[in-house]
Amino acid sequence: MDRNEHEHVIEVTDLRRVYGGGFEAVRGISFSVRPGEIFALLGTNGAGKTSTVELLEGLARPSGGQVRILGHDPYTERAVVRPRTGVMLQEGGFPSELTVAETARMWAGCVSGARPTEEALALVGLAGKTDVRVKQLSGGERRRLDLALALLGEPEVLFLDEPTTGLDAEGRRDTWELVRALRDAGTTVLLTTHYLEEAEGLADRLAILHEGRIAAAGTPAEVTASQPSRISFELPEGYFLGDLPALGELGVIGHEVDGRVVRLRTRELQRAATGVLVWAERAGVELRGLDARSASLEEAFLGIAREASGSALEKEHVA
Amino acid sequence: MSGTTAVTTPTGRAVTTPAGRLASLARAELTLLGRSKGALVTAVLVPLALPFTLRSAVDQMDVKEAGLTVGMVLLPAAIGFSLLFAVYSTLVGVYTARREELVLKRLRTGELRDAEILSGAALPAVTTGLLQSLLVAAGSTALLDVPAPRAPHLAVLGLLLGLVMCAALAGVTAGLTRTVESAQVTTMPLVLVSMIGSGVAVPLELLPDNLASVCELLPLSPVITLVRGGWTGSLSAYEALGAVATALAWTVIAVFAVRRWFRWEPRR
Repeated sequence: MDRNEHEHVIEVTDLRRVYGGGFEAVRGISFSVRPGEIFALLGTNGAGKTSTVELLEGLARPSGGQVRILGHDPYTERAVVRPRTGVMLQEGGFPSELTVAETARMWAGCVSGARPTEEALALVGLAGKTDVRVKQLSGGERRRLDLALALLGEPEVLFLDEPTTGLDAEGRRDTWELVRALRDAGTTVLLTTHYLEEAEGLADRLAILHEGRIAAAGTPAEVTASQPSRISFELPEGYFLGDLPALGELGVIGHEVDGRVVRLRTRELQRAATGVLVWAERAGVELRGLDARSASLEEAFLGIAREASGSALEKEHVA
Repeated sequence: MSGTTAVTTPTGRAVTTPAGRLASLARAELTLLGRSKGALVTAVLVPLALPFTLRSAVDQMDVKEAGLTVGMVLLPAAIGFSLLFAVYSTLVGVYTARREELVLKRLRTGELRDAEILSGAALPAVTTGLLQSLLVAAGSTALLDVPAPRAPHLAVLGLLLGLVMCAALAGVTAGLTRTVESAQVTTMPLVLVSMIGSGVAVPLELLPDNLASVCELLPLSPVITLVRGGWTGSLSAYEALGAVATALAWTVIAVFAVRRWFRWEPRR
């Protein structure tokens, strides 16, 4: 049943996008999104998220591969697809001299089956700002105006390119709540983000994009499970790594020593942790700074970034 | 941002029409035109003021020898100014500003077709140009003793072709314009060439014959020829047909160039 194409609202096959200068931003990605699902494209800046989403929105023709939205090509069958989709671009898109109400009215006149503009603005908490010019809105308010307009036509498929960038913590939570409510009402949502907690908390499934390719995909739990768990502690005074039981027998697949701090990686957290703790108990020593944890999406993400290209990406996300 | 209950699934959907979408866009653009002082000066003040400054220059010209009157020079000139400033220059600014604000890109994510986006944005400027031309025609009749047009259909045809052509040429120029400020520079070539070579500021009849025959091929020349011919009634069917063909050719070329080279997003 999964293979049945009508089961998929968004179907992407071997998608490529090469820009005029020859830069290949999207390098053959495939994924599909089921009805009523929130799917996140996660990646650092420059990973190819926006380049991909623009192809899904039908703003550009793919250099290779294929996109199907509700069974149609969003670029060549624009007139069929557009009345059923809602789009929020990564930035801007509104004349700065119009008021919020005027902007919404202009947009509503171009949307089939538009709900009342006041209702859409109230959904995103902009009901009190209708007479404010767009140029006087804060960055977060502009994002919310953009979201309101994307929701005007009560779309079946919603594309949100970094919907919460520039929002404060409260605005972000409100947007998440709204996106979940839309999903629960049957809307299919594809969003991009570089916030790991956003992808982890909001998405039913996600794909991590790196340098134009999908580096990992699945539910947040699946992606996380592909990464090893970690144990770290300080070696007690007078002890060395060699004093521990054989690491391989504890299910440890990798280790680092940084001064007195030991870090172990394992796919069998309970077995490795038990081994370490039993050893400490028998030796009668205290393991300071003991920390044992399953992989988080952040670690999975960093692991992927590190494998692929080293430290530049890592800095950005650890900071 | 509350109320999960307000999120409902679509029920009976009203479908938008091209006319409705155009009207919606045009209304917003009209509001924006009214709020931009610079655009208002270019669109309203300049085209109406220029004919007055031209008046004294025309009085010095040997227009009688070319079989013309002062009114017969000033009226087409005023319509030419209106096309160049109220329509062409204004629209280059509008298209460039909307592109730089990413408005065009945002509009393209919706149901509007590309041609509707450009047409809707052009409607207020084109309407301004049309109203100005009618005003100028009425004013010339009242103030400069211009008689009623002998072949009004030619004047109307010329004006309509001019309006469409100038909007299309604005699309071409906007594709070559990076910022709203640089629009003042990029619009200069067509404005200057038209003023000098298309019979706007200097009637073609006063230019040397071989130069005049080259200038007849410039974009705005057939428009001015048709408008003036519409009033004097001295245009032969052959001449009128040639002018219409020239104007159509420029319009087709411009529309092709817009389809091929128009930039919908800022350069990065």
